[in-house]
Amino acid sequence: MATNQEEMEQLVEREYKHGFVTDIEEDTLPPGLNEDIVREISRRKEEPEFMLEWRLQAFRQWQEMTEPTWAHVSHPPIDFQSISYYSAPKSPEQLKEEAPESLDEVDPKLLETYERLGIPLHEQEKLAGVAVDAVFDSVSVATTYKDRLAEQGIIFCSFSEAVHDHPELVKRYLGTVVPPADNFFAALNSAVFSDGSFVYIPKGVKCPMELSTYFRINAANTGQFERTLIVAEEGASVSYLEGCTAPMRKENQLHAAVVELVALDDAEIKYSTVQNWYPGNDIGEGGVYNFVTKRGECRGDRSKITWTQVETGSAITWKYPSCVLRGNDSRGEFYSVAVGNNYQQIDSGTKMIHLGKNTHSTIISKGISAGHAENAYRGLVRVEKGAEGARNFTQCDSLLMGDQCGAHTFPYMEVKNPTAKVEHEATTSKVGEDQIFYCQQRGISEEDAVNMIVNGFCKEVFGELPMEFAVEAQALLEISLEGSVG
Amino acid sequence: MSAKQESRAVYLERFEADRAAWTEALPEWLMEKKRAAAEVFAGAGFPDPRHEEWKYTNVRPIARKVFQPAGEAGTRVAPPDLLEWSLGELDLIDLVFVNGRFAPELSSVGDLPGDVQVRELGEALREMPERLENRLGEIATFEHSSFAAFNTAFVEQGAFIDVPAETKVDKPVRLLFVSTAEPEPVVCHPRVFVSAGMGAMVEVIEQYVGQPEAANFTNAVTEIDVADNARVEHYRIQRESHRGYHVAGVHVNQGRGSQFASHNINLGGRLARADINTRLGAEDAHAFLNGLFMPTGRQHMDTHTRIHHAAPHTTSEEVYRGVLSGHGRGVFKGRVLVAQDAQKIEAHQSNDNLLLSRDAEVDTKPELEIYADDVVCSHGATVGQLDEDALYYLQTRAINPELAQDLLTFAFADEVVARIPLKPVREQLEQGIVGRLPDNEKLKEFV
Repeated sequence: MATNQEEMEQLVEREYKHGFVTDIEEDTLPPGLNEDIVREISRRKEEPEFMLEWRLQAFRQWQEMTEPTWAHVSHPPIDFQSISYYSAPKSPEQLKEEAPESLDEVDPKLLETYERLGIPLHEQEKLAGVAVDAVFDSVSVATTYKDRLAEQGIIFCSFSEAVHDHPELVKRYLGTVVPPADNFFAALNSAVFSDGSFVYIPKGVKCPMELSTYFRINAANTGQFERTLIVAEEGASVSYLEGCTAPMRKENQLHAAVVELVALDDAEIKYSTVQNWYPGNDIGEGGVYNFVTKRGECRGDRSKITWTQVETGSAITWKYPSCVLRGNDSRGEFYSVAVGNNYQQIDSGTKMIHLGKNTHSTIISKGISAGHAENAYRGLVRVEKGAEGARNFTQCDSLLMGDQCGAHTFPYMEVKNPTAKVEHEATTSKVGEDQIFYCQQRGISEEDAVNMIVNGFCKEVFGELPMEFAVEAQALLEISLEGSVG
Repeated sequence: MSAKQESRAVYLERFEADRAAWTEALPEWLMEKKRAAAEVFAGAGFPDPRHEEWKYTNVRPIARKVFQPAGEAGTRVAPPDLLEWSLGELDLIDLVFVNGRFAPELSSVGDLPGDVQVRELGEALREMPERLENRLGEIATFEHSSFAAFNTAFVEQGAFIDVPAETKVDKPVRLLFVSTAEPEPVVCHPRVFVSAGMGAMVEVIEQYVGQPEAANFTNAVTEIDVADNARVEHYRIQRESHRGYHVAGVHVNQGRGSQFASHNINLGGRLARADINTRLGAEDAHAFLNGLFMPTGRQHMDTHTRIHHAAPHTTSEEVYRGVLSGHGRGVFKGRVLVAQDAQKIEAHQSNDNLLLSRDAEVDTKPELEIYADDVVCSHGATVGQLDEDALYYLQTRAINPELAQDLLTFAFADEVVARIPLKPVREQLEQGIVGRLPDNEKLKEFV
């Protein structure tokens, strides 16, 4: 057991720790979506012409598309005209339309927000060795460690800055992994995305520290549409962490992000997520709709992309971090813990598309359902004709806690090459009564026993997380499942 | 109008044309069902690959043709022809159909114990409609399946097997459906209704065969009602010609303590699809689904199974294997559904596939959909090749590589066939599998 009794009690007492609203003046566009809004977003961000064109084209394609309905989730129809598509915190600095250069220039209220989230920038800068590109609603407010990274040629900045400072890189890679018309929500994101992170690791450079972004939705009725692009050149490597929280609100908020990863020859990208958006209350009101497109392409030979995710939040999650294994000998990995409690609905999984020779993929997915939650794993392993020697191993296990929840597994396997080896294994069960009994015999309370068993169930995935995240993930897991035991 | 809509329109016209004659011969409740089914078919038409259930199987080759109605059995098949499809020395209650039409002179029912009924369905509908009312069409519903609707609209002939409570039918019932080579390919809609009363026991073998050039379309629907503590062993041996089209749905409802076993062997057809759905409706019911598909050449074989645990304390086991060679394509979707409050469920499923050629493809999709918590469910699916070590071992024993491959392929497929309890059926199938392997003459010495 990682936490002692006292800590446990503290965790129990807080409900949704991150549910507070920061009261600062916001510069928000009126709700609604049309070409003028897209133009206005682009204008406010002073984007070059190519970006505007790109957005408009995506918007036109989006208008032709219909919202997908195949996921194992249900929600009232989303009125895309009632959402505001741009919201930036207003502060004297921002009025000058310039991002703050140091922490001192940042609105203290914002900094306080981050502190309450548990990521004091000052401390992190000094102690944790983590560079944080913090996104507050839509505009990046502070980026640390940029200088140190720049010495090695690493670019780590907000997407807006990248569009201004490195347009050639953005042009070369944007939309090459997730094309604007890839799906309904990716198209929407392409049209209206407000900000996000951009990472570029030059040839042969191993990023000396873990890069991290904290996203946070604050303003009411605003959708969050961030866009992340990570490019690792030949022989480069990077580990990127993403954490998400959102305040408690009655109405549902839409979050439709796009993440693109590009790994060239011998490059390695590790992308870790702890997703803790507001899941709605215990009768299923409110919460974030998390409709995200994440895809990495192992474009070069011997490249590797790893997705690790701990999903405890959101009212509805709909995301499938995928790997396109184009380069020969490339590797794709997906490790996931998805927890649903109360009325949360999760339809998540991964896709591994084997195109190159001797490509390997591993999928480890652990789903936990409690309360009235519906938790579905949906995955695709496709081995194309030319993918000689492709290999996949998939394991997805579901744990059920409570007789009102559901756990589902929908794996698709499509194999067109006779040298492929594809294995899929799935189990569904509840926490064993004999296991709990065994623990209780040894003086461990039922609650602790269940926590211990659940932690053991997720261990394979937690082991893949960077240290700081693993601790946070364990704590989150316990909070998420609070009250569902017994 | 597209070819697809055109064929549908022709079938619907045919439905209207036949209606008067049917109204004379068939009970009113069935006519109502037929009309409703025709409406569903008119609305839905043939399924599209955009439909999740048809994602990997495009039925255009069926939909774009207009198949002719099948004529009477006549003398297309003579008694000596039956030898080719015999099931060894097995003593059978035998009903034979030619292009879906009953052939009494080829059939032999013999003496049946007690009030057991094994007869042609059309005849049963005329002579004892009360025994089918509120039963036929209750398990195989057609609201969500175009092919079941298509079958129901055109129901005319088939088999009616009714076993009263506590009765054991000691000879297996075989339903042999022969598809013959016709100048204009025909369509038939065989319908099978099986009812095993409380504590009853029956074995039913549905055997579909085709003459080599038969390019007909068989659209079969089977309904099986397994009452409390009853046991049904169901066989589907599909060996249509390599030009034949075959779509079948087997729908089962299981009572308390009942046992249902399905052995579904697919070797034939150009395009074949089978749906096997069972509902474990009361406690202690058990289902065992056993299946094999071996597409080669340009064959496409699709199996969808659905095991619905609707009650607590029910168990199921499913084993499906695929062997794919040539340009063959295999599709498997196995769905296990555990209803809310259906606690203490145990369900295990596996699907293993052997890919033997560059141009073969397999798409497999095992699904678990679970709404209860006290369950033990698992599924596994694999796609791979023969074990290199095993191949090497056989070669060190002076077995040439081709034969070694055949031996191991046979052993892989035999995992399924070996589970078939009726020995003559098992042996006939094993021979059939050997016959499909390239080095079969030498292989025969070993098996």
